[in-house]
Amino acid sequence: MSGVMKRMGMVFRAKANKALDRAEDPRETLDYSYQKQLELLQKVRRGVADVATSRKRLELQLNQLQNNSSKLEDQGRKALALGREDLAREALSRRAALQQQVTDLETQHQTLQGEEEKLTLAAQRLQAKVDAFRTKKETIKATYTAAQAQTRIGEAFSGISEEMGDVGLAIQRAEDKTAQLQARAGAIDELMASGALDDPSGMAKDDIQAELDALSGGSDVELELQRMKAELSGGSAGSQQAIEPGGKGESEQPSAQPTDTPRFDKP
Amino acid sequence: MIVRIMGEGQVQLDDSHFGELNKLDDELLAEMENGDGPGFRVTLTALLDKVRELGTALPDDALEPSELILPSPDASLDEVRDMLSDDGLIPG
Repeated sequence: MSGVMKRMGMVFRAKANKALDRAEDPRETLDYSYQKQLELLQKVRRGVADVATSRKRLELQLNQLQNNSSKLEDQGRKALALGREDLAREALSRRAALQQQVTDLETQHQTLQGEEEKLTLAAQRLQAKVDAFRTKKETIKATYTAAQAQTRIGEAFSGISEEMGDVGLAIQRAEDKTAQLQARAGAIDELMASGALDDPSGMAKDDIQAELDALSGGSDVELELQRMKAELSGGSAGSQQAIEPGGKGESEQPSAQPTDTPRFDKP
Repeated sequence: MIVRIMGEGQVQLDDSHFGELNKLDDELLAEMENGDGPGFRVTLTALLDKVRELGTALPDDALEPSELILPSPDASLDEVRDMLSDDGLIPG
């Protein structure tokens, strides 16, 4: 398929592309999406920071508990040296309770550390993804791939967007054009019937035209005769070549202007 | 495939008909490029008739993108040429 149908389809699709590009800038959509991703990344990072803070607090508590524990140990040793076994026993039993707390806190600390590592990894991965998206986004923006994808969707919605971007305007214009063409067709018919306008196709010849054709045909004969005479007398016949019979009823026809013809590559 | 006739509506066509339509379509293109007004009119009418005859018209409220587009039956050669030129009838 490479004729008029295909070409018109291509032209209108290109126009719909442009119209929809104006309606919704895909680059804005991409930038918005990127913004959202950055926000998400920010949230994950904040989560990592929160976990790290909790971990540090636990570490401080652990230090304190361990200090207390060693203090109690010292106290127990001193009490024993002074012969106060009851005091030493008390100190050691308190220390044992602290030790239990320390063990609990250490487990919590480990859990938090694992959590923190996981979150850090997630944040790094997300960061990589966001970076990749940013690169891709720039590429898409440059090539307008997104605009084309959106056009397909937009086309399906508007139904006739291939004819024009602005649907309301499209209908309006189509109606105007139809009315205008109908009016013109009517006027041309009338003018041709009255003989005021020549049929540009040259199909229908009225008697006046036939007479005129006959006259111009006659002058052509005269020209031809002159040319032949000139040839016989040895004159430069080539220069007369430009005067060719032209009265074939086609002179009235709008000539094709090759320079105005759009060139399309046939796919 | 879905073909739109401008100003008229959309027609669903079986792909098997395209060989036949293609001939007329190429003819139409050649006539447009050669500026053959009467030939253009005859071929356009023939092509549109063929499309209407072979295809099934889609309801007016159908939302389908057209893959091929044909000029309206009363479009002139110059108008079609204008549409296919860069600026066309519709300001892009």
